[in-house]
Amino acid sequence: MERRTIFSGWLLPVLLVLPQLALTIVFFLWPAGQAMWSSTTLTDPFGLRSRFVGLANFRHLFADPLYVATIWRTVEFCAAVSTLAIAAGMVLAIAADREIRFRGLYRVLLIWPYAIAPAIAAILWILLLHPQIGLIGRWLNSIGIPWDYQLNGPEAMLVVVLASSWKQVSYNFIFFLAGLQSIPKAVMEAARMDGAKGFFRFRTVTLPLLMPTVFFLLVVNLVYAAFDTFGTIWAMTSGGPGKSTETLVIKVYRDGIVNQDIGSSSAQSVVLMGGIILLTILQFRFLGRRSGGQ
Amino acid sequence: MKGRTDWAAHIVLCIGVAAFLLPIWLVFASSTLSAAAVQRGELTFIPRLSGFGVYYRVLTEPSAGTGPAWRMLMVSASMALAIAVGKIVISVLSAYAIAFFRFPFRLTAFWIIFITLMLPVEVRIIPTYMVMSELGIINTFTGLTVPLIASATATLLFRQTFLAVPDELFEAARMDGAGPLRFLWDILLPVSSANIAALFVILFVYGWNQYLWPLLVATNPKLDTVVIGIVKMISTESLTQWNRVMATAVLALAPPIVVVLAMQRWFVKGLTEGEK
Repeated sequence: MERRTIFSGWLLPVLLVLPQLALTIVFFLWPAGQAMWSSTTLTDPFGLRSRFVGLANFRHLFADPLYVATIWRTVEFCAAVSTLAIAAGMVLAIAADREIRFRGLYRVLLIWPYAIAPAIAAILWILLLHPQIGLIGRWLNSIGIPWDYQLNGPEAMLVVVLASSWKQVSYNFIFFLAGLQSIPKAVMEAARMDGAKGFFRFRTVTLPLLMPTVFFLLVVNLVYAAFDTFGTIWAMTSGGPGKSTETLVIKVYRDGIVNQDIGSSSAQSVVLMGGIILLTILQFRFLGRRSGGQ
Repeated sequence: MKGRTDWAAHIVLCIGVAAFLLPIWLVFASSTLSAAAVQRGELTFIPRLSGFGVYYRVLTEPSAGTGPAWRMLMVSASMALAIAVGKIVISVLSAYAIAFFRFPFRLTAFWIIFITLMLPVEVRIIPTYMVMSELGIINTFTGLTVPLIASATATLLFRQTFLAVPDELFEAARMDGAGPLRFLWDILLPVSSANIAALFVILFVYGWNQYLWPLLVATNPKLDTVVIGIVKMISTESLTQWNRVMATAVLALAPPIVVVLAMQRWFVKGLTEGEK
């Protein structure tokens, strides 16, 4: 879409767009180019010289079973977080969309958690699940169920999945509620007149109308789980114990900043860029469907 | 439906509300315990009135691993405000240029900005760090804020808002002899104020909650945000003073929650319309 009416002149608009453009080039395009360049070079052990090695870094990366395991772990983590957060957000939104008392209050009480930082969510969940001081963790141990996510890998994964999806429920709730409210009252009325009830009405009328929102949120949640959960995971487990909660972003940070392996971590950055480009394309596909359907 | 209480909905909503309120209340109440009591696992849902002094202490005294919380809160607030205001200003300007003018390389500029959607800091950790150190802005407030100010989302949102402004408004302004900057300031900004308010909430929360970025570019403890500080406090496992951690967590949670609640109506509308 374009405007028909416009101002003339070109100097002013160029000046107006310049700050944004300059920041974008310096802090986005330059680093991205840098990443692509250093992903094809190898730095000697003393960090003095680097030489061009083509795609060798990528070959090493994908030949490394630890990296491949991290990819799969990230996929599982993202799938678990997105499923939980979307399901919980949808159930709560459907309940809050009913004509019930206090619904305004319920909505407020479910919207504010949007403001919780991922790293602070980690603190709250540590205080619930920590084996010695956490409310639930301590209780589990006291009734004879051994629980220590600092030593047990699957338990650690469960803990970071819970904390990460908990933080995202509110976001999904807001979008599902907006989605439900945009369904015309007449449609629901017609379904009711036809005798469609309860779960049947939900499955045949509400859910199909909500599908664009579900697809949109699926992409947003996958991106959230893959990238924004760094703070949650780093604060709770730092990727441990062992590597049992190490996602791709945790690994880039550890390899690049902690272990200073520039070539490999740049190659990992490039792989992540590829991943997010794919997700962005998906998002725009579903975005088109979302606005097309309404 | 009328006249009958919808128990199922109430039960679902109460469970949902409790799942968010109870953990926060637990942390708030337990922050008033002594460090030793928390270490013994005696978390509580009933605050101890005599324990509220912990808030004064974390605000004014350094804790293990960090400086006093008032300092970290100031850094967080400055960072969140600088990012929110900066993003809004440069996005309004660039969206205005792209929507209301025709100039050379207009589409190129648009696509360059658009590409940043695909390059969040998490995917370019190392290269951004290297560029920052070449520019010499590691460990500066500039380094903490300015690189996060470029915003494709905000530019796209404002462009969309501006495109929806009726041509009549534009024509009327031109008849009155208003130049491009007058038009932006006197007409366009007031018309878009709801969007600006909504975006402010989203960006303030975004800025306040940053973790990876400050971890990367600000190793100087003077630039610790409260989110960074709190993770530092728990990373010293053997000495963790949990009552102080919990008090700091409450202090870190309060400002973004207040902003979201105070501007809730614009925020919800702006979020769901803007990200479509």
